This record gives sequence, structure tokens and C-alpha cells, in this order.
Amino acid sequence: MLREVSARPVAPVPRPRFARLARRRSADAASARRWQPPTTERPLARWLLIALALGFLGFVLVIPLVLVFVEALKSGIGVYVAALADPDALAAIRLTLLISAIAVPANLVFGLAAAWAIAKFQFVGKSFLITLIDLPFSVSPVIAGLVFVLLFGSQGYFGPWLSDLGIEIVFAVPGIALATIFVTFPFVARELIPLMQEQGSGDEEAAISLGASGWKTFWLVTLPNVRWALLYGVLLCNARAMGEFGAVSVISGHIRGVTDTMPLHVEILYNEYAFPAAFAVASLLALLALVTLSIKSFLEWRHGASLKAQRSL
Amino acid sequence: MSHRIKPMIVAAAAALCIAKAAPAADVLMNVSYDPTREFYREYNAAFAEEWRRTEHGAVSVRMSHGGSGAQARAVIDGLDADVVTLALAADIDAIAKKTGKIPVNWQGQLPDNNCPYSSTIVLLVRKGNPKGIKDWDDLTRDGVAVITPNPKTSGGARWNFLAAWAYAEKKFGSDEAKVKDFVGEIYRHAPVLDTGARGATTTFVQRGIGDVLIAWENEAYLALEQFGPEEFEIVTPSISIKAEPPVALVEGNARSKGTEAVAKAYLDYLYSPAAQALAAKHFFRPSHPESAAPEDIKRFGSLDLVTIADFGGWAKAQPRFFGDGGVFDQIYEPAQ
Repeated sequence: MLREVSARPVAPVPRPRFARLARRRSADAASARRWQPPTTERPLARWLLIALALGFLGFVLVIPLVLVFVEALKSGIGVYVAALADPDALAAIRLTLLISAIAVPANLVFGLAAAWAIAKFQFVGKSFLITLIDLPFSVSPVIAGLVFVLLFGSQGYFGPWLSDLGIEIVFAVPGIALATIFVTFPFVARELIPLMQEQGSGDEEAAISLGASGWKTFWLVTLPNVRWALLYGVLLCNARAMGEFGAVSVISGHIRGVTDTMPLHVEILYNEYAFPAAFAVASLLALLALVTLSIKSFLEWRHGASLKAQRSL
Repeated sequence: MSHRIKPMIVAAAAALCIAKAAPAADVLMNVSYDPTREFYREYNAAFAEEWRRTEHGAVSVRMSHGGSGAQARAVIDGLDADVVTLALAADIDAIAKKTGKIPVNWQGQLPDNNCPYSSTIVLLVRKGNPKGIKDWDDLTRDGVAVITPNPKTSGGARWNFLAAWAYAEKKFGSDEAKVKDFVGEIYRHAPVLDTGARGATTTFVQRGIGDVLIAWENEAYLALEQFGPEEFEIVTPSISIKAEPPVALVEGNARSKGTEAVAKAYLDYLYSPAAQALAAKHFFRPSHPESAAPEDIKRFGSLDLVTIADFGGWAKAQPRFFGDGGVFDQIYEPAQ
């Protein structure tokens, strides 16, 4: 929106279509202001809006983010490095990366499958399925965690059976992965569904009528058509998977160095009055998110044209 | 995209295998409550050293901390603890009753009612005591904001509640309506109830909310140590409760993991002179004060202490005060 506003000329030459109207207006009254097209705000309003937006962004986003890094580095780079090299911190970093390495591909496959089914086929209960996909967005993550404890905890429905088999889910990596997958489920699907619906199934029908198999059609037609939206969804999914706190907190058991992810570890350090260490880990987490967003922005900039073309299809 | 997905899946699978394959000699898990973090960090190192010295081999201890009630819940739901070191007996009773992994007569298997260390409940105020808080009845004065955690989830909060109750009983005698009213008034002065003792401490100490924190003695001293005596003061009330955080072996888990012997030794070592001194260093009152450094013991103020036995034990006190529809539910309405 900012770009659009500033790209507009400040005092535009009236286009011929408006010329008569403009003439009449300027002739209208002595107090007539400078003419301006009805779709452009007055400069004051424009600057006010921009200042408001920037001020709000600065206050809510930039200052806190900068503060994380300031606090992290306040006690010196030595403390910072030591905090990140701590075995428990390293374990938390490893676990966080592992969890997103599980959750993101899983949601990539599920999301793609769901979007494909919804966009390209007609079936009963389709709108219900769409609503269901949105469920993790509307349900509090704590509930997601609790549900899995209820299902797989040793007092839960499948708990006794699982423990007989020697399978650990709750308070272990699989539980954390499950909760994360639940919470991040909609990101890929939500990004793909509108696009695939817009695109329709014409391309696929053409491919199939020309003799391509289902798989071939998927790899050569459907997937290339949605690749940017897919990447978008994956990046967002990844950012959330690394940062998830609520659901993971319920199901992790908080075992230091074993089931503590980075967000949980930040809380633990904070509660132990280890502020520099807490902020060091927090800054790394923030950095990971920033890297994710940078990749996204870079891709937008580099492939902006094709992305736009795809999205406006 | 396909050539991008495949390596990711392979990497994830490989990472999983590495996580699974990590071997360990003896790994114990101690599920504990909030304010014991600093103590057990040092104790675990001391015990590992002792275990090595007595030629048993290497042992590493994993810790999980949180509100005592929430931690007990996690063990009930399957958190694989070898030992639990919680804030009060009722939480261990709950594990025993719900899972059978701890025998119901667990209390008494170790000396001193399974409590190698105890503590009490004191009041922490801001430097200079600007609200002039000296005893429990000052907490009900107008304009005093009290920070205490939620007794439903926090063991420390239950001790807080009972300490206030003990004061009210001394003041009002057997007039239970007045006692209830007094304790209810304290909770009406609480702007927020955190889920655990450490959360309440951070609310008071770091976020600067409230005029007085009802806290474990050890937690109050720790805050003093962390932030310096120029920030806070400890007020010892006229009467409080002997808060006994017990420890127990989770036999069911330890047996199936084959860690029974080392887990037992871990708990026994808590009563050793070295561990008792360590407890005193971390502001717990050791059950054998003679083993601790005299200057550590000198720090503790003297005050009248009731015990949980005066409330008929946790088996009675827990349902009466903190069960559904119990006294706490009757008197607690969130502060406006």
C-alpha cells in the first residue's frame, strides 16, 4: 500500500476524461482548492497515515525486536556465545530444527494433498473439509497440546496400548512433532487452496486428454503452477513450527536437554534469572525467523513477476 | 520441487535415528517443582561425582521443573520420572493413587517423612517496606497488592494458603467464618494468580507488580541473592507453616527402566552431610542442620511454625481446602 501511494504523482495532470469536470470545478468557486483526483488522499492525510503506520510498526515490532538483540549482547559477545554453546541450549536448537524438519515436510504433503482434493475435485462435505483445515487457526494451541495428552498420555485412550508396545509419544519427540504439525497444518493448505481453485482444472484436463498419466500431470502441470504459493506456505509454516510455544509446552514435559525446544528453553532461562542467556537464545530464534522472512522477500523480489502472475490468475 | 522434498525427508529420518540411538549409561529423571532448580543443579553434579567415586559408573540426571501440581499431572500422564521431588505430599499421593507406580504408603520409606529439607513461608517486600508490612493482617489493608500463585496448580501456593489460615486461626480462634473471611480477603488483594511459585516470583520481582510476595523462604532468599538486598527485604511473619517438600521413588517407572538402585541411592544421598550442607546453601532448612555450615543456618529467622499435621495431614487438608468446591473455591473471587 505504501508503494502504491508514493508512486502516485503528487499533482497529477488531469486526464482528458476528467478535463471537463476539472474545468467546471476550478471555475466553481473562488475558494476552490487545487484540484485532485478523487482517488488520491490529501498530502496531510497521506503523511499522517504513513506516520501512524510506521509509528505503530516501530513501537510494536521494531523496538521489541531490537531490544531482544540489545539485551542478548549487553553482557558481551563472550556471554552470548557461551549461552548458545551450553549443551542444553544446543539440544534445544537441535530439537527445534528437528521438529520443523518433521513438521514442514509433513504439512507440505498433507497441505498439497488437501488443496489438490479440494480445488480439483467435487465431493460431498468439501466445505466442511475446508472449515476443518482452518480449525488449528481458531483453536488455542494449548488445546492442541491437551488433546494429544488425552489421546496418548498414559491415562489416555491409546496410552496403555502404546506403552505396552513401548512407544513413547507424549513427553517425547513424536508428541512435540504431532502438536507442531497440528498447529501449523493450515499454512500450506490455506496458501494453495484459493490459488488452485482459481486456476481450475483446465490445464490438468488438457494434459490428461493429451495422454499424460495422473502422476505426470501432477509433477509437470499442477506443481509448477503452484510452486511459489507452495514455497510461501512452507516458509510461513516453518517460521511457526520453530516458534510454537503453547501446544509444545503442554506436551513436552520440560525435560531439560531432551524435550525443551528453543521457545521453551527461553522461558526456562528467563525463569532462572539467566536473562542474558534467555535473550541470547531468543535472539537466535528471532534471527531464524528473520532469515525465513528474508528468504521469502528475496524470492518475492527475484521472482516477483511470476509470483504475481500466478496469484492473479 | 521433488528434488527439494526428498533430501528433507531423508534428513529428518536421519536426525530421528540419531536422536533414538544416543546411548546412555545411567540416566535418571527427576521431576521437581519450581524453586529447586538451583539446588538440584548442584546436587546432581555432587551425586554424579559420588556415584563415580564409589565406582558405580557414570550417571546423568535429567531435570523437569514446573508448578508442583502440574508436574504431578505430567507424571500421571506418563512423564517417565524415576524420582519425584515435589512441593507437597498431596501431589505425590495423587500420583500413587492414579497410577499405582508409587506405593500408597510411600511417606515414611525415607527419614523425616521423606523430607530431606524443609522450608517455610515468608513475605518478600520492596526495599524500605513502603507499605509497612509486618505480619499477615497487613496483607488485607487497603491498597496492598499481594502476589501469590494459584493453589490449584502450585504446591507453594497451598503452603501460602495454609500459613495464612494458621495465622487467622490463631487470631480468630475457632470462628471459622471469620477465618475464611480473612484468608478470602488476602486473595481479594491478589491481582493475578500465577500457575507456579517461580512465575509468581518473576511477576513480583521482574515485572514489578504487587507490594508483597508470599513466597517460599528459599525462593525469597534466592530473589534477594539474585537482585541484591538493595531491592527487596524479607519480612518474617509471627507465625507460618513448616513447608515440607517430600521426595519419592517412582517405583513403577524405575523398575521398568532398570534404574531402581541408582534412583534409590539418589534419594538416600539427599540425607548425606554434603547434600544437607548444599540444601542449606540454597536456603532450604536441612533436616540435619548440624551438617550444614553454621553461617548458612544463622540466616533463617525464628518463628512459630505449625505443620501439616495440625491440619490433619494432606489426605484431609487437600480435599477440604483445595478440592473442587473446597474452601478455596468458596472464598476465591478474582480481584477487580
